[in-house]
Amino acid sequence: MAEKTYVADIDRSMYDFRYDEKDAYRIEEGLSPEIVEQISKEKNDPQWMHDFRMKSLEIYNHTQMPDWGPSIEGLNMKNIATYVRPNTKMANDWDSVPEEIKDTFERLGIPQAERKSLAGVGAQYDSELVYHNVQDFAEKLGVVYSDIESALHGPYADMIREHFMKLVPPTDHKFAALHGAVWSGGSFVYVPEGVHLEIPLQSYFRLNAKGAGQFEHTLIIVEDNAYLHFIEGCSAPKYNVANLHAGCVELFVGKNSTIRYSTIENWSKNMYNLNTKRAKVEEGGKIEWVSGSFGSHVSYLYPMSVLAGRGASSEFTGVTFAGKGQNLDTGCKVVHNAPDTTSVVNTRSISKGGGISTFRSAVVINPQAKNSKSSTSCQSLMLDSESRSDTIPAMDVKTQQADVGHEAKIGRISDEAVFYLMSRGLPEDDARALIVSGFADNVGKELPLEYAVEMNNLIRLEMKGTNG
Amino acid sequence: MEPLLNIQNLSVSVDDNEILHDLNLKVGRGETHVLMGPNGAGKSTLGNALMGNPQYKITSGTVIFNGKNILEESVCDRAKEGLFMSFQNPIEVPGVSLSNFIRTALEQRTGKRIRLWDFKKEIDQKLKVLDMDPSYADRDLNVGFSGGEKKKAEILQMLMLKPSLAILDETDSGLDVDAVRTVSNGVKEYQKDKDGALLIITHSTRILEALHVDATHVLVNGHIVEDGGAELVDEINERGFERFEEK
Repeated sequence: MAEKTYVADIDRSMYDFRYDEKDAYRIEEGLSPEIVEQISKEKNDPQWMHDFRMKSLEIYNHTQMPDWGPSIEGLNMKNIATYVRPNTKMANDWDSVPEEIKDTFERLGIPQAERKSLAGVGAQYDSELVYHNVQDFAEKLGVVYSDIESALHGPYADMIREHFMKLVPPTDHKFAALHGAVWSGGSFVYVPEGVHLEIPLQSYFRLNAKGAGQFEHTLIIVEDNAYLHFIEGCSAPKYNVANLHAGCVELFVGKNSTIRYSTIENWSKNMYNLNTKRAKVEEGGKIEWVSGSFGSHVSYLYPMSVLAGRGASSEFTGVTFAGKGQNLDTGCKVVHNAPDTTSVVNTRSISKGGGISTFRSAVVINPQAKNSKSSTSCQSLMLDSESRSDTIPAMDVKTQQADVGHEAKIGRISDEAVFYLMSRGLPEDDARALIVSGFADNVGKELPLEYAVEMNNLIRLEMKGTNG
Repeated sequence: MEPLLNIQNLSVSVDDNEILHDLNLKVGRGETHVLMGPNGAGKSTLGNALMGNPQYKITSGTVIFNGKNILEESVCDRAKEGLFMSFQNPIEVPGVSLSNFIRTALEQRTGKRIRLWDFKKEIDQKLKVLDMDPSYADRDLNVGFSGGEKKKAEILQMLMLKPSLAILDETDSGLDVDAVRTVSNGVKEYQKDKDGALLIITHSTRILEALHVDATHVLVNGHIVEDGGAELVDEINERGFERFEEK
């Protein structure tokens, strides 16, 4: 029997502690060709990557800011340090990670998690990975899980060059261009044909430095008839200046393969989270996005699935919780490019304390995608009258032979329900938290147990209102 | 000896309409009391007011439960004190399983972690008494339950939480004969468990047939018009409330 509705007491200090950046190498704030040159040199880029960065910077300089979502006026690139290297080399045994950094991850439950139930773990601190390890059995199956920088000089260099920012080109939008110019850290994962990795790989991203940006790149290539579950978690301590996260995730799902990509995002509330995720799914393959968005000041987050082969499918399950001072614009996009493709979107948005939660989705069914099916269901829960929840589903169906459905529900917690739960001995906060956890259970039940527990802890934390 | 529950001069309003007027009632430890009356007499109002439903406003009087004036306590503190109410219309809570909910509630009441194994053993035994399939424990709380299943789930919660006073608010209404018998078995289980007292609110006598009753109170138009023993139940069964309504 699962224990996931049991929520233990935690306090914000679990995420909010921070260390001085003494000894770290920090590039000066702002963005210029010199700074990008410096990062490229720092990272020992091959020539093509160096050129790619410079070209991306040029694109960045010529691209407009997005003008359709939450305001990002508080973000000034002149004040963001795009590269902060912790004072350490990457380690693959935990003991050689420096004390402070080790302590940070120990407090966040990593790599205890690895010992229990993961096939491999990566931990990024500011701009660089500080720890990376993959278990022997996975390595023997031919699974590659490494940082991108060293993979760029190894046997998979050509494969990376072939795929890197091909799904999300720098021309996609301004922050994709920024990412192309200053990306650092992240993971490269390769799963060979026929390999079912039953237990997950995990990456954890921690942004400790004040006024900095994190631009990790995750590139995952899964060959035909294979399976991978990848989990990413992220957090940062709170500062009173803006921090920026503009990561990029590119997933290539081979024929009849599945990637499940799970995220619990808990950035601090001074963070601008402008992240781009995209998956390309070949014939008979499947992408499963499981996404919990709890943190950040402003988020733009819409994982996209491109269903490229016949019978490919996409499942998106998400929950977004916007508290005081948060404007979270989340959702997803699906492009049906082949016949018999299927997409399912199931999201829950919660807003509280004046927070704004917007669900935004786009489903495109192209003319060749005959007999495709798409269904979208989004539910919102507003916890008080000052909070907002909007739903913006767009559908562009270019064939008559498609089955498209959409359903939206908006609700509040009824006093009757709170009274009912309290009459069994639950304090009011707990009663409300239980209702909200239940509401978010579409995601909770898709997560491995310890992540579901963490998610419920986050919900409880938000409900206690100590997190404003 | 101080009664478990002592209601003195209680008046209760809903939306500025006074429903209960100056009501007095005592329930001793381990006793089973029945509160009967025609529709609209204010029976459910009493249950809700005792439990602390914010829609019901106490305009005067005191309620001493377990030696404490519970009118000043929050709903959850009343529950921790040992008060329980079986709802007429239990609320559906998606995403929270019946067994996890009961366990969470138990842990809140006792302040201790409950051992999963002991808990599982106990809930399985109670499910059996109530003729419920064990799979109900893993279903979302009241979601998709039929009327009868909801009522059984309420009795299950009562049996697991072991209150010192359980108010059953029209638990038998809308149930078929078999379901009434099952619910009645659950109530009997509670009666034999220890010194758990009951206040059974009902307008029919079906659920009472197989139960031991210590006292009966008849509520009409917000007043208790007659107190008696189990024999009063039989009288109402035969002749209805007419005699009391004329009072």
